[in-house]
Amino acid sequence: MTPPKKRNSSIPGTIIFDGKMALKGYALNKMCLSFNSAANRQEFLRDEDAYCQKFNLSDEQRRAVKNRNVLELLEAGGNIYYLAKLAGIFGLDVQDIGAQQTGMTVEAFKAKLRSEKE
Amino acid sequence: MAKIVGGITTSHVPLIGKALALGLQDEPYWRPFFKGYDAVYRWLDRVQPDIAVVIYNDHGLNFFLDKMPTFAVGAAPEYCNADEGWGIPTLPPFPGDPEFSWHLIEALVDDEFDITTCQEMLVDHAFTLPMAMIWAGKPVWPVKAVPISVNTVQHPLPSASRCLKLGRSIGRAIASYEKDLKVLIVGTGGLSHQLDGTRAGFINKKFDRMCMEKIVDDPEALTRYSIRELVELAGTQGVELIMWLVARGALTGKVSKVHSQYHLPISNTATGLLVLENAV
Repeated sequence: MTPPKKRNSSIPGTIIFDGKMALKGYALNKMCLSFNSAANRQEFLRDEDAYCQKFNLSDEQRRAVKNRNVLELLEAGGNIYYLAKLAGIFGLDVQDIGAQQTGMTVEAFKAKLRSEKE
Repeated sequence: MAKIVGGITTSHVPLIGKALALGLQDEPYWRPFFKGYDAVYRWLDRVQPDIAVVIYNDHGLNFFLDKMPTFAVGAAPEYCNADEGWGIPTLPPFPGDPEFSWHLIEALVDDEFDITTCQEMLVDHAFTLPMAMIWAGKPVWPVKAVPISVNTVQHPLPSASRCLKLGRSIGRAIASYEKDLKVLIVGTGGLSHQLDGTRAGFINKKFDRMCMEKIVDDPEALTRYSIRELVELAGTQGVELIMWLVARGALTGKVSKVHSQYHLPISNTATGLLVLENAV
């Protein structure tokens, strides 16, 4: 039998969200999923520590949430689709988090995208 | 017998939901994007479909990592949209057609696609926004719908080749349905974009253009890309091209292009739109 092709040979600046990451990030992603409910978003804002504890976040995940740092959240197993729900609580959209991850201002990030236009 | 009237493939960027809700279609940022859809309205007015089979990816509204189907087919009398957590307005429910859904399910499983079936299924922006975009201004949805969800969240994802084959199987299933139904195929997502990592903001025009051309006359050519290669060439979310391949597969081998548009950027995304008809 041929072994399955290696899926995760690295692409610069890119994490492939595979089984390993899904396992690592399960608690964090489950918490983020809960933010589909407005009541849960409010509860998180009222007492962030208690809310994170309820979902059994790891120390690494708790720190990443506290730091509002998307790259750390991804490292900790977060999936961008679920993390978007956490970012939404702080009024951040995908351009804000794009800017944060690339170390640019939001304006510079948007300008870079616009510059792709012919 | 049921008949496919054609297919539409379109991006589903969440920001479009805000533009629709706020009525920004004629603003300078949005006009070049939305004007491409005028051709879609005219075409839909002409072909008058009864039902839409919509191939999309769920982003954490109906499915989570606890149970993640590779392919899931809706079999519900109604499909509701709901709060996705980041504040785009919820759209009204879509009527389903369980009898037609079960015909598709029977045919797909018979064809060795071991899909998940859903008698309850929330549909997220990847389903609702394309529907709102192609029927802009209609007070109620003029069609019934069958959602077909493809996993693009958790790798391993189904290969491009498998997705094209799924589409072909859907096409055969529709053609064998006894009732006279006019069926529209919709594939959503893409084109190149990446939301996560230090490569966020990645766009690949050359690759997108090649895909938009190849998918019309030679979709098989796109199946040589592995999922990893698609991520590398189109971005982590640009891999949504696989939904376009399912939609293309449902159409006949030869198709004619009614309309196409490539416009960027909308938010972080290079957007694409294609309207294809089965060749007569």
